[in-house]
Order: sequence, then C-alpha cells, then structure tokens
Amino acid sequence: MITATVPTRDNYLTHEYGVKSWLLTKDHKRIALLYLASITFFFFLGGIFATIIRLELLTPPGDLVSAQTYNKLFSLHGIIMVFLFLIPSIPATLGNFFVPLMIGAKDLAFPKINLLSWYIYMAGGACVLYAMLEGGVDTGWTFYVPFSTSYANTYVILTGVGIFIAGFSSILTGLNFIVTIHRMRAPGLTWFRLPLFIWSMYATSLIQVLGTPVIAVTILLVAVERGFHLGIFDPALGGDPVLFQHLFWFYSHPAVYIMVLPGMGIISEVVSVYTRKKVFGYRFVAFSSVAIAVLGFLVWGHHMFVASQSVYASLVFSFLSFFVAVPSAIKVFNWTATLYKGSISYDTPMLYAFGFIGLFTIGGLTGTFLATLGFDVHVTDTYFVVAHFHYIMVGGTLMAYLGGMHYWWPKMTGRMYPEGWAKLSALVIFLGFNLTFFPQFILGYLGMPRRYWAYPEEFQVYHVLSTAGASVLAVGYLIPAIYFIWSLRYGKFAPDNPWNASGLEWQTTSPPPPENFEITPVVTYDAYDYSILEEMKVG
Amino acid sequence: MNPQFQLFPDQASATATHLDHLTVYLLTVAVIFSTLIFALIFYFAVKYRRRSGHERPAESGHALPLEIAWTVIPFLLMMVMFTWGASVFFEMSRPPDDAINVYVVGKQWMWKTQHLEGQREINELHIPLGRPVRLTMTSEDVIHSFYVPAFRVKFDVLPGKYTTAWFNPTKPGRYHLFCAEYCGTLHSGMIGWINVLEPAEYERWLAGGAGGESLASSGQKLFEYLACANCHRTDKPGRCPNLTGVFGSKVQLTTGETVTADEAYIRESILNPGAKIVAGYQNIMPTFQGQVSEEDLLQLIEYIKSLAKQPAPPAAGAARTAQRAEPKQNR
Repeated sequence: MITATVPTRDNYLTHEYGVKSWLLTKDHKRIALLYLASITFFFFLGGIFATIIRLELLTPPGDLVSAQTYNKLFSLHGIIMVFLFLIPSIPATLGNFFVPLMIGAKDLAFPKINLLSWYIYMAGGACVLYAMLEGGVDTGWTFYVPFSTSYANTYVILTGVGIFIAGFSSILTGLNFIVTIHRMRAPGLTWFRLPLFIWSMYATSLIQVLGTPVIAVTILLVAVERGFHLGIFDPALGGDPVLFQHLFWFYSHPAVYIMVLPGMGIISEVVSVYTRKKVFGYRFVAFSSVAIAVLGFLVWGHHMFVASQSVYASLVFSFLSFFVAVPSAIKVFNWTATLYKGSISYDTPMLYAFGFIGLFTIGGLTGTFLATLGFDVHVTDTYFVVAHFHYIMVGGTLMAYLGGMHYWWPKMTGRMYPEGWAKLSALVIFLGFNLTFFPQFILGYLGMPRRYWAYPEEFQVYHVLSTAGASVLAVGYLIPAIYFIWSLRYGKFAPDNPWNASGLEWQTTSPPPPENFEITPVVTYDAYDYSILEEMKVG
Repeated sequence: MNPQFQLFPDQASATATHLDHLTVYLLTVAVIFSTLIFALIFYFAVKYRRRSGHERPAESGHALPLEIAWTVIPFLLMMVMFTWGASVFFEMSRPPDDAINVYVVGKQWMWKTQHLEGQREINELHIPLGRPVRLTMTSEDVIHSFYVPAFRVKFDVLPGKYTTAWFNPTKPGRYHLFCAEYCGTLHSGMIGWINVLEPAEYERWLAGGAGGESLASSGQKLFEYLACANCHRTDKPGRCPNLTGVFGSKVQLTTGETVTADEAYIRESILNPGAKIVAGYQNIMPTFQGQVSEEDLLQLIEYIKSLAKQPAPPAAGAARTAQRAEPKQNR
C-alpha cells in the first residue's frame, strides 16, 4: 500500500483507523497499547485504594472508613495491583511491543492468541470490578483459609473467578513469548546475542507457564470448598489450612519474579544504552535470570515459618532462599561494574535505573533478613514485610516499568516526552517512595502488624511520615500520566534512534511500520555493540 | 527515651536480646553492602559522566575473578545469616522443660487464656518474671497469630490443631499482644496485654481473683459430667482404655502403628474417636464434636495429663496444684 501523497511514513498507528481496527487487531504493538490503557486504569484504581488506606492510617483510631471497608480496600489494593497491574505490567505492554522488535520478528508467534489474551485479561478484570461494585472482598489478596472459605461474608468466589480467568491471559502471553523467542529470532541473532531484556522475558515466561496453573487450581479449590462445603482446607470439614498456604505460595512466591525479572531486563537495556557500554558480565546477567526463575520455585515455604510447618522444612526453605539472593546480587554488581569507565548520561530512563538499583538493593537485602529464620519470626506479618515487598514491587518493578516507558516512548508513539518534567517526576517518585516505605521497616520491627485498621498510638509518628510520603508519591505518578498524554499531541517528533542505541528495535522507524521491518534484519554483532553504529553511519 | 520516637521495641525476653544481636549483624551487612553499592554508583556516575557526544568508552567484557568474588563473598555472609538465624529459631521452637504451661484460645476477635491453676483471662495474660512460659494454642474459628513484639515471639494459632510458643520474660511490665494473622473485620481489635509481674506479686495475683479450681479439676468434673468415666474406668478394666498414665506414653494402634499420646492425639480422640483406635479395643466411642468447646478440650487434656503424673484419680487435681506450687517456693 503505497500512498505517495502522505508525507509521513506509514506506521502501525496510522495504518488503519477506527475502533474496530483496534479491537480486532492482531498487531502485537496495538495489543500492547490496549494492555497499556487497561493496566494504567487498574494502576490508578489500585492507587486510589492505597491513598484511602494511607489517609485512614494517619491517625491511630479507625476514623475515616469502617473496619470492614478498610479490609476491603487493602484486599482490593493487593488483588488489583498484583494480578491486574504488576503481573501483566511489563510483559504485556513493553514485552508485547518490544519482544518481536528486539529479535527482528514481524510479530509474535501467535498473534490471535495474543489478542485473545487481552480479551481474557479484560474478562478477568471485569469480574473483579463487578465483585467490587457488588460489595467487594475482604480476605486480603492472599485468600487465607478457613477465613475465605467458611467465614468471609463477601464476594470471594466472584473475585476468585476474576483472578482465575486473568491467569489464563498470563499463561498465554508467556507461551507466546517462549515460542517467539525460540522460533522467530532474526537470522544471525543467536541466544548470546540477544538483548538481556529478552533473556529476562524468557525466564519470566517460564514461570508464567509453569506457575500460574497452580494458583488457578488453588482458587478453584477455595471456590469448591466455599460453594459446596467439600472439606479441603477447613479443619471443621476435615481439611488442612496449611495445605492452602503451600499451594498459594508455590505460585505466589515465583509470581514475585514474574513481576521483577522483566524490570531487571529493562534495567540492563537502560544501563547499557546510557553508559554506551556492553553490560558487564553479559552471560552472568543472562543466566542469573534463568537461575532466579528456577530457584524461585524452591523457596515458597519461607512465607510459612510461623504457620506450623515442620521446623526442618523451615530450615530447608530458609537455606534455599539465600540461593535466590545470589543471582540477584550478581545482577546488581554487574550493573554497577557496567558504569565503570562508561560514558554516562542522565536521561530520565537512566535516573529510573539508578533509582531501581538503589531501591532493589534495599529490597533485596531486607529479603535476606526475612529469609533468616529467627528474624522472620519477629517481623513476618508486620509492616517490615509490607515495606520489603513494596521496595521490590514498587521500588523495583514500577521504577523499571516507568524507566522502560520513558526509554521506549519515542519508539512507541513517535513523540518525545518532555525531559525536564520527566526528570522532576523521577526525583519526586524516588523521594516520595522512600518517605512512604522506609518508615515502615522501623514500624515493622517495632511490632506493628499488617492489615490493621486501627493501631496503638506509639506507632503514629511513622504512619504520619508514611502518609506524607504517599502524598508526594501520588503527585509523582500523576505528572508522567499527564505529560505522556500531552506528548502524544504536543511532544517533539522522535527520531528513529534518539538514544543511539544498538538494539534492532531502534533500526526501524519511530513509530514502527505494521510489519516492524521493511527488510528482515540480519544480525552480525553482539547486543550492545555501539561501534556498529559508527560503522553504519560510515556505511 | 520518648516512646513516640522508638527505633527498637522493648526488649523484655531472653530471646529478644538474642534476636536483636542477630539484627545488628544483619543491619551491619546491609549497611556495608548498600553503602558500597551506592558509593560506587555515585562515584562512577559523577566521574564517568558524559562530557561529549563523541566519547568512546572502553569495552567492558567480564572478569571471572570479579564475578566469583561477588558471588562467593555475599554467599558466605548469607550463610552466617542462615546459621545464626536457624540457631535463634531453634531456641524459639524449643520450650524448656521447666516452663509454666498456659493455654491460649483465639477466636474472632479475642484472646482467651487459661492458667493451670484455673485462672481464666480475656485479652490479658499475667505471668511471673523470670520463668519460662510455654503456650499451647488453638483457635475456635480462623487462623490467628500470637505476637508479642517485646518478646520477639510469634506463632500462628490454627483451628483444629495445637501449636506452641514460649518466652522467658526478663523485664516486668505490660506488653502488647497482637493478632498478626488477618482474621476478619476486627482483626486490629484483637489486641491483648501480657502482664509480667514480680514473682511475689504474681503469687498475690494467683491467690486473689476468681481463680477457683484448677484446670485439671475442672477437667475432671467435665470428664464425669460427660460420663467419660463409665467406659474409661480407672479402677478396673473397662470397655475403653484406662487413661491413667497415658499422656506422653506410646500407644499401640489397631493398625500396628505407634503414636505418642500428646495434646493433639487426645483432642482428636475426643472429637473423632474413630481416627486412631487403640489396639485391643473396639470403635464404640461416640464423637464429642459440637458438645465440647476448645476450652473444655483443654481442661479435659489437662485432667488426663494429671492422671499421667498422679495415678490416684480422685486426688489428682489437688495433688497437681500442690506439685505446681512447689517450684515457686524453691525460688
């Protein structure tokens, strides 16, 4: 289709118009944008719940909302953020958009299944929203039995069905990526020439495919016990509540790596581009992703040190948990070493990468604290754990996601974001985040339990700090939402390769054409080989 | 120190002190590593900032010795964390033999505690200073978690199961008891107090109040009221096993298995008698599910325990109390 009269080049955004062209698209780039809009909606919804939670906790007595409402708020905050935002966040948006582009492919292996996964995700999300509008759920995102099966008086099954359905979209995305990465790499693009983002997406996909069915089964069993009173978990019906915890964490611990591995992939890309160096210890970083994915399946019992599992089981799970920390540490050290003698520029994505490394380091170190048996007894189910996993999921995943959004925004939209505002918001988010969550480590060690609607007065100081930080953080998240939308119309036009990056996605136009590449690229060099750019210019 | 600006919680048990030492180690490792990484990042970021667009930075390859160093050193430091943490954990998991027994029943949304001497409390627990206390805990409904930050003690309280925790209070005072496992609407209201009293004061507390009869003798009354004694006779062979001396002993089952008669075994035998049949007996006992509460069960267990220690059943309750009082006088 050559339309010589149109001055701009044909791209995936202008190729077709109309609602139908979006809802029936098989283009991975458009599906990525569908996901982007959906998860952004859920992020802000979950964020509104978090805001009310923080406002309630400003004062010791429960005074803003009722206890029951508070319990629903933290349950929905967790459910929405984990299942409808964090898990799909990077894979379904940036992964969907860039996995094919980065390996020189025209699309994912199964474009229709890709679209199907978005519809499944939306059906799951709609289910959760419907349950929320009907009255919500108050079990926490963990659905612990027998509370969820025999005591909770809220929409447990409906919410569970939503998560069950959304799980299939996660499995399909993972499956699609695995096949795509195996089968559709451009000629010459060997495994050890792949960008590290691809390695991390591959490792993530393995967890999605292998882990998600277990949570699906678990939720199904909860629904069966709740709906038909079949004794599975409730001891009053002859079941075992600890069995539920084993099943739940068998998925939900690896799920943490579904959330953070893609973020690590983005950081590897960004650190390399803005230092203009190959990532130090490429193979170690690549294999550490796979190691995290595999080891992540062996440590679920560290969530259950005080749950009455055998002391010796706890001993083994504690021991194995330290092994997961090793590949994570390897990544941090290698990123740091990449900076050495680099040519470092402070563009916004790099600021997010610095933020990620700092916050992930704190999150990871406190993770080793929690793997330490005696220490965990004191702080499990307190704000220490809350702080720790927010450092990993928000300080880690979300910082990386925002870094990746800024890094690839020019390619996705053909427009530049406003650099000044972006730097400002990165700083605001970093400061707001630390003010929100650092005091919670102290709160937890002092003994403040999780999921408390009202609390004794001695904890108030730290809650006030945390709420103050949360208000800063909220502003920090609103700024990018505004300027990203603004830039769609008013942003400067983006060149094809604004960062002088060497990845294949930068060798096509911004935004890319529907088929990604006019000519299938042939790869003759390693990832992050910046000298190739000079040669291209000369050539 | 202004309690509003506490950085460390009260340290009121022996375990608390041991755990805080471990915490200091963990913090030291964390501070050293994060400072190292942050300082390097900051230093590199400033030193190697881009000065012109034409810079050609040095090739970065990889250095095997460096990779091995930053794999092995953190791993070794973490193995110290593991062993140290495990030793504190084992200390937390093993109550000493001379510990006082206290029973705890959690329910939405309160803590009920029972002393062997018979005192019952709600959202309160009075204990003497300087003596280890062993808790045997269960729940009437959902999972709760018994958490006393000042003692660094936490353990889940499950329905249908007995779990134990213990602590050795070292400082008199009044400390928060929190429910740490989310248990429904008023989870945050499930807060009690642990009162650590000087031994003399504790004796006064035990003597006063509505203590009444000991837990074991309440259990004996229940045992008679529920007509357990009709079959479980102690004077002559009955249709059911003689329970004298059974607690803590090995019991041979019809399946050929041998089990230890602990709290969980006795509880199960009352609620689900058919689950484990003692060799040589028939499954003729009716279930008492629904007829006895968790607290009743604890009283029955305590009565059966007393049979184990003092084989003369009628005097069991009184004898047990006397025996219990003895070590206190020794102090």
